[in-house]
Amino acid sequence: MTSFGSDLLAILPELIVVTAACLVLVLDPVTPASKKELLAWISLGALALCIGLTGGQIGMLNMRVFAFNDLVVVDAYARFWKLLLYVVTGLTILMSLPYLKVERLQLGEYYGFTLLALSGMLVMVSGADLLTIYLGTELMSLSLYVMAGLKRSPRSLEASAKYFVLGAFSSGLLLYGISLLYGATGGTKLASIAGAIGTRGFEDPLLLIATILLTVGFGFKLAVVPFHMWTPDVYQGAPTSVTAFMAVASKAASFAAFLRVFVEGLGGLKADWSPLFLALCLVTLILGNVVAIVQTNIKRMLAYSSIAHAGYALIGLVAAGRGMGESGATSGLASVMLYLVVYAFMTLGAFAVIGMFRKGGIEGEEIEDFSGLAKRQPLAALLMLVFMVSLAGIPPTAGFIGKFYVFMAAVEAGLSWLAVAALIFAAVSAYYYMRVVMVMYMREPEATVVDIPQLVPSPALSIVLACAIAGVIIFGLFPNPLVSLALQSVLSLK
Amino acid sequence: MTVPLSYYLMLSGVVFLTGVVGVLIRRNIIIILLSVELMLNATNINFVAFSEYFHHVAGQVFVFFALTVAAAEVAVGLAIILALHRTKSTINVDEFQLLRW
Repeated sequence: MTSFGSDLLAILPELIVVTAACLVLVLDPVTPASKKELLAWISLGALALCIGLTGGQIGMLNMRVFAFNDLVVVDAYARFWKLLLYVVTGLTILMSLPYLKVERLQLGEYYGFTLLALSGMLVMVSGADLLTIYLGTELMSLSLYVMAGLKRSPRSLEASAKYFVLGAFSSGLLLYGISLLYGATGGTKLASIAGAIGTRGFEDPLLLIATILLTVGFGFKLAVVPFHMWTPDVYQGAPTSVTAFMAVASKAASFAAFLRVFVEGLGGLKADWSPLFLALCLVTLILGNVVAIVQTNIKRMLAYSSIAHAGYALIGLVAAGRGMGESGATSGLASVMLYLVVYAFMTLGAFAVIGMFRKGGIEGEEIEDFSGLAKRQPLAALLMLVFMVSLAGIPPTAGFIGKFYVFMAAVEAGLSWLAVAALIFAAVSAYYYMRVVMVMYMREPEATVVDIPQLVPSPALSIVLACAIAGVIIFGLFPNPLVSLALQSVLSLK
Repeated sequence: MTVPLSYYLMLSGVVFLTGVVGVLIRRNIIIILLSVELMLNATNINFVAFSEYFHHVAGQVFVFFALTVAAAEVAVGLAIILALHRTKSTINVDEFQLLRW
């Protein structure tokens, strides 16, 4: 039994984030509209503090702290995800500075909600009990529902309402699954669930229904086909900086919790859940990649691409479920972690470009708007080119490394055919990513266009783009430190 | 005489399915919200019933948290619906046409 003080110490980063969120919300009404950036800097300061705290412990791979009567665990796996989430949130806030200014959306609560969503994600990744994981998921989702509607335009509000209805429905399913799991195993702690399941497969119908409901609940959050219907609409309607945050941070946190629940809690059922995920993964790859081809709006296209990327990441989990010994499971799970880190940098970069790509007063978000960008703004076109090449998974970018390790994990688990199928869909995806590149480099804008769309430069945007491009190139050329960190972090997941 | 566990499970199953069907077939967003509440309350029945069955309180503690989250969800949901109603003067999900449903 640990003392209350040491419990608080274990969740110090979460406390800092929540305190900063409260501070931002309290200061918001007394901050004049022209000084709202101050609130963003407070948020960034809190994030820097958290990066220091968690980053300082990243080397201590064997340190595993349980707090609050085993509701929360801080292990190497949680620290890996937390570090990613801080960086992603920091970049999102930086990206929002110029974006909110041009959209005339300088709302202090924007930063408050971002931090609250982050605190929910942090609780999710370090939850050792279904209770904490559920609460973290809800805190994240409730903040994101509001953020999606912050623009107050009909389209933004509609996106928010759709996200809310489908999100609330999915958390209802998730919660019902948790209650049945509690009934089938007599506990909500992942460790006690794993102990009660042992190796008894699905003969208990409660366990079967609970697993399916948990999969559906998480499937909505991960935007896996057939639970993806909300994704394109919400990604298109939400403010672009919020879309980037949803596409990257909420997906990473949901994957983190998903892996922990299914490996730590339901690991005994892996022979049963891996075929289920294999089916989900295949339909996700097919539908995500094929439907992305016909999109003309770039935010919608990236929404389908993010669905497809969730499919690639799922390959790692399927491989982990199939993996015979310890090593198979480790490389499968590590490949999922690696994939999401890589995905985070390239997707954030692409959304940063789209958010500040303005046509007159509004966002130029049709793919056609990018016509002839290479002539007008060669640097912007080059950055977009690198992000698109990386999303398509072409070496020497990070996107290739992510796909490479996921496919390797599949081959190791004896699923070579799945790796080949995924490779074919990666080739399909190159078509729609390269279409953006082709439009930028090969086509002239129509002469009748009055407001020629262009990237509006700003210092904050330059920092975000520099970080994103650095991530894409560095992880593409020197992936070894990241790979070994992922491999070692995943060992604590048992 | 105590009520057997299976009765509670049947009750919660019926309430839950009512909620799921409500979300899927009703078109008024307030009714959809109410149906989601039915789903959450079915869960609470489950938790309390199992908690009684196992003779430990973990399930009942979960219910407190679930109730709080449900209340927060309604607050956020009604706020979104209100904002939507002000801009579009409709709360029928079939009339949300800007983004394809």
